[in-house]
Amino acid sequence: MQVYRGKSVFGGIAVGTISVYSREEQQVKRVKTEDTAAELARYANANETAIAQLAALYEKAVKEVGESGAAIFEIHQMMLEDEDYKESVENMIRTQQVNAEYAVAVTGDNFAQMFASMDDDYMKARAADVKDISERLISVLNGRGAQAVNTKEPVIIVADDLAPSETVQMDKDMVLSFVTVHGSANSHTAILARTMEIPALIGTDIPLDESVDGKFAVVDGMNGCIYVEPDEQTLKELKDKQKEEREKKELLLSLKGKENVTLDGRQIMLYANIGNVKDLATVLQNDAGGIGLFRSEFLYLEKEEYPTEEEQFAVYKTVAETMAGKRVIIRTLDIGADKQCGYFKLEREENPALGLRAIRICLARPEVFKTQLRALFRASAYGNLAIMYPMIANLWEITRIKEIAQEVKAELASQGIAYGNPAQGIMIETPAAVMISEELAKEVDFFSIGTNDLTQYTLAVDRQNPKLEEFYDAHHPAVLRMIRMVVDNAHKAGIWAGICGELGGDITLTQSFLEMGVDELSVSPGRILPIRKIIRETDCRKESEKSN
Amino acid sequence: MREFKYTITDPEGIHARPAGELVKAAKAFTCTIKLMKDGKAGDCKKIFGIMGLAVKKGNEVTMTFEGADEDAACEALAKFMKETL
Repeated sequence: MQVYRGKSVFGGIAVGTISVYSREEQQVKRVKTEDTAAELARYANANETAIAQLAALYEKAVKEVGESGAAIFEIHQMMLEDEDYKESVENMIRTQQVNAEYAVAVTGDNFAQMFASMDDDYMKARAADVKDISERLISVLNGRGAQAVNTKEPVIIVADDLAPSETVQMDKDMVLSFVTVHGSANSHTAILARTMEIPALIGTDIPLDESVDGKFAVVDGMNGCIYVEPDEQTLKELKDKQKEEREKKELLLSLKGKENVTLDGRQIMLYANIGNVKDLATVLQNDAGGIGLFRSEFLYLEKEEYPTEEEQFAVYKTVAETMAGKRVIIRTLDIGADKQCGYFKLEREENPALGLRAIRICLARPEVFKTQLRALFRASAYGNLAIMYPMIANLWEITRIKEIAQEVKAELASQGIAYGNPAQGIMIETPAAVMISEELAKEVDFFSIGTNDLTQYTLAVDRQNPKLEEFYDAHHPAVLRMIRMVVDNAHKAGIWAGICGELGGDITLTQSFLEMGVDELSVSPGRILPIRKIIRETDCRKESEKSN
Repeated sequence: MREFKYTITDPEGIHARPAGELVKAAKAFTCTIKLMKDGKAGDCKKIFGIMGLAVKKGNEVTMTFEGADEDAACEALAKFMKETL
């Protein structure tokens, strides 16, 4: 048995045969040619083919890894279209009377050299992109098709490094795991592994020769090891671990469709947090009971000018209709601090986290706020919408919001436009709101605690500053006591209270939250089922009551 | 001829992806568009020309425009730089 260690980019266990993937080094010979015109035409044709191949790869990659992961293929197309690159190849064919393959190989080397010699690590790494496109051109010129992994059964791919074009071309059903000697956690291979949910290791000290090729192996993505020809005991342990993982996954799947009820019979509202209409599919897949936090910012951040009422209305209506009667809580615009938007023309602030942001912008610019409210009130005629206002710190803010909402409703009514009557709640994310939650609760329909900002404001720790990580204690007793206080005050006024910040999805706290009486948890879609499991196993009765 | 200066605020500088977007934006115009950093110039319609400058955060760059549609190009690219980089 041989054990090699690497860095895991995705957990899980894969058992199978290793296939060492090696790039066929393309031997390019310098051939003298008299007919330079024909050679130039060959190059032009090959370039066109290569660009078309990349366009197809781009489409494929968009589906597999999303637009940002696919962008590299667009860049590759631009590199092939680059006038300097093209001129260098053509010039060499013309003046040195050489074959196109040779001209491309030399040009590719020169451009790669240019990147490799830069004093910037990121740009140095781009040399690999230049080599990738040059190799592609040479393959086309040689009439060689794209290289593929030829196996009849799924394998563990072991390689030095994989170019984006290589991973995208692989038949995904034939890949059990990726193990590379180089590569980074943000490489295309890593992104792909996470999307495919297969174990993958990078930076692995594994030899790329016959000592591992074709051998039976197990990749353990949990502890970052690959075991080549594992001994009986290791194999048994790993197989048990794999079985355990599978059972865990299946158990979670079996929780789909089940109610979120504690052992003592309390129904908990378990909702999803989303930031875009595109996330609706994962909300439904994970069986969320509704949407507890729909961040409306994307509507603003994706645009170069204020989104119109109609644009917003269309989005809110789609969400309301898709969720078919389930509750959808839309948070009004939360711009400012770490989320900036050019056309808002916000002044630079010394202290953006304490600056003009969220509801403060809305109240300072009622025309922007009104457009969003009009769209929200109109869309609530099409489903179970609720509106949530962020960053509340004063009672008068609620009074002002209510006045504006009233104006909006009156306008819609006088214009004969249909609108609904959504529930209106607030986010509790400032210590001030916690301290006056008793008064606030009398004015609104629900509370949702935003633990990220609440923690940062309570502990006076900037959550964007990585150096403060050890001081940012999300489990700080001050934060937990505040949550308890908010829940108590909500119940006193007869309204519900939930948590929509990161802490809501922290499974180590779920039980404590339930014991505090939290009514709603809104978490990222992937956390819905694990939390449902805990809810169903929790009993909030005191020990003495349980025996009854 | 038109020109403007801009200081890069994007923490990653002009990486491959924004360089690609810049090329796309520049190609929409017929005039000659150049990006200059520390006296070195790159053609905005060529991706290698731009990436070759290895522009980082905090670098001041100058963009020049020469040709029939230089006014429109200058305006569009200024907007692009401000929003993307």
